[in-house]
Amino acid sequence: MESDKEGGLMTDHSSRDAVIQTFKAVKKRQQIEKIGYFIASFVLVLVVWEVGRATHLVNPKLFPSFAAVCRAFVQFLKDGTLLAHMYASFVRVLIGFSLGIVGAVILGFLIGWFRVVRLIVDPLVSFFRALPPIALIPLMIIFFGIGETSKIIVLTYASFFPALVVIYQALIGLEPIYGRAAQTLGANNWEMFRKIILPQLYPHIITACRVSLGVCWATLVAAELIAAQKGIGAMMVEAQNFFQMAPLVLGVLLIGVISLVMDSIVRAIERRATAWQEKRT
Amino acid sequence: MEQGIIIEGVGVTYQTASGTFEALKDVNLKIEPGEFISIVGPSGCGKTTLLNVLAGFLKSNTGQACLDGKPINGPGPERGVVFQQYAIFPWLTVVENVAFGLKLAANKTAHDRIDEIVDHFLELVGLQDFKKSYPKELSGGMKQRVAIARAYAVNPQVLLMDEPFGALDAQTRQFMQESLLDILEEEKKTVVFITHGVEEATFLSTRVVVMASKPGRIREVIPIDIPYPRKASVKTTPDFVKIRAEIDKVVREEFQKQRQ
Repeated sequence: MESDKEGGLMTDHSSRDAVIQTFKAVKKRQQIEKIGYFIASFVLVLVVWEVGRATHLVNPKLFPSFAAVCRAFVQFLKDGTLLAHMYASFVRVLIGFSLGIVGAVILGFLIGWFRVVRLIVDPLVSFFRALPPIALIPLMIIFFGIGETSKIIVLTYASFFPALVVIYQALIGLEPIYGRAAQTLGANNWEMFRKIILPQLYPHIITACRVSLGVCWATLVAAELIAAQKGIGAMMVEAQNFFQMAPLVLGVLLIGVISLVMDSIVRAIERRATAWQEKRT
Repeated sequence: MEQGIIIEGVGVTYQTASGTFEALKDVNLKIEPGEFISIVGPSGCGKTTLLNVLAGFLKSNTGQACLDGKPINGPGPERGVVFQQYAIFPWLTVVENVAFGLKLAANKTAHDRIDEIVDHFLELVGLQDFKKSYPKELSGGMKQRVAIARAYAVNPQVLLMDEPFGALDAQTRQFMQESLLDILEEEKKTVVFITHGVEEATFLSTRVVVMASKPGRIREVIPIDIPYPRKASVKTTPDFVKIRAEIDKVVREEFQKQRQ
């Protein structure tokens, strides 16, 4: 009887299903369209690239053909150097990124929880946030040499601050009413943290990961450009030294592709984690 | 030991930029177990402050509120709260929301009992077909029914409701009032209900408390001698209309005073 008074649409299952069907069809069409445009935009870049070379708008000696870049890719893939470079870069990012995120989550909570910590840390955060990680590279090389330590410290730093800001903002923006509701049901402090605060923060932590991963990746290449034997940045420096244009352009493209792939992975996780949220679109 | 809620000399003051604000002054009220008390009055009369004291969110500066002889010192599962802004957890499904309290250490419940209790209360509020839904998929009235089921599940002695139907449209509101009485008919609770609606208060309550502002205090307590179960049709009976007009008059007086 109550369904008659409230939400009449809900009870009419057949029409509801029909609406869902149409909705799904429209969504699918939109998705196909999106993929089409995605491919088209890259094709456009390729066309501009090759036309530019053919018409000598760009110097063909300085800028390799797409085919040459592909050949370089296959060659590097075959002799194993490409995978070695990519592996070195991935390990660095993974370690630096993980350390940075874990640190940011811990400090984020301390800041959100204890007023004293917030007051002390706030001005420091504003300062260090404004300091680009790349600015630290020369200093770190002097402190820790050109080995892995200096790079990982720079990467940790690079991922730490953006993540900290996102998590801290999320914490102070939490709705107090959910905590109140949980208290009236009998939740203790630990339960409040685990069952009320963490679930609300989870989407923000993933956003923090997304931002940090981007910054980390950008910083990594800069760090490798200056000092490294292995890594995609190192591969580019080597190519530059020997004036091998195809591997150099290959490096640029690889960095872009890897960033894109990593971002879409994190975004997929984000979508699953935030399914409960009301999207304002 | 005295049963029920006893509010004795409760006063709450806030320090503001322009001085001391007396949100509540010397509030005294005794609520018997199973009573339905509605609190009405102009905004700023301290209705919500009083509810927050009973919920344990706020400590009174003077006096004391007790439940079954025990002073109220903080929030607890024996006093369930239903908020105006629903406050059901958006990251949990309907079932998980209702089961939330039962899974806390404070209300240790065996696993198979949890399912049983959750099913029982979802049926009571008529949401058995929406178990796996997330709150964003529910209408306002449905969300509030989840909140009521969630509060009921931990078996509180008292339900504190802060304008629970205030955000709903007139039709849904009407329906929710009847639903609430049906639910209470099945599972008796003591209820303290804050509202702006005099008709709503008259329809639901055993007694209506009218509050006055500056300082926030109880102006009058009016008993509603209309037998339960009450249906919506009772609202047009002469008895109901008379009591409602009486309460309206007092509320209007307080509203006028506040405007001067």
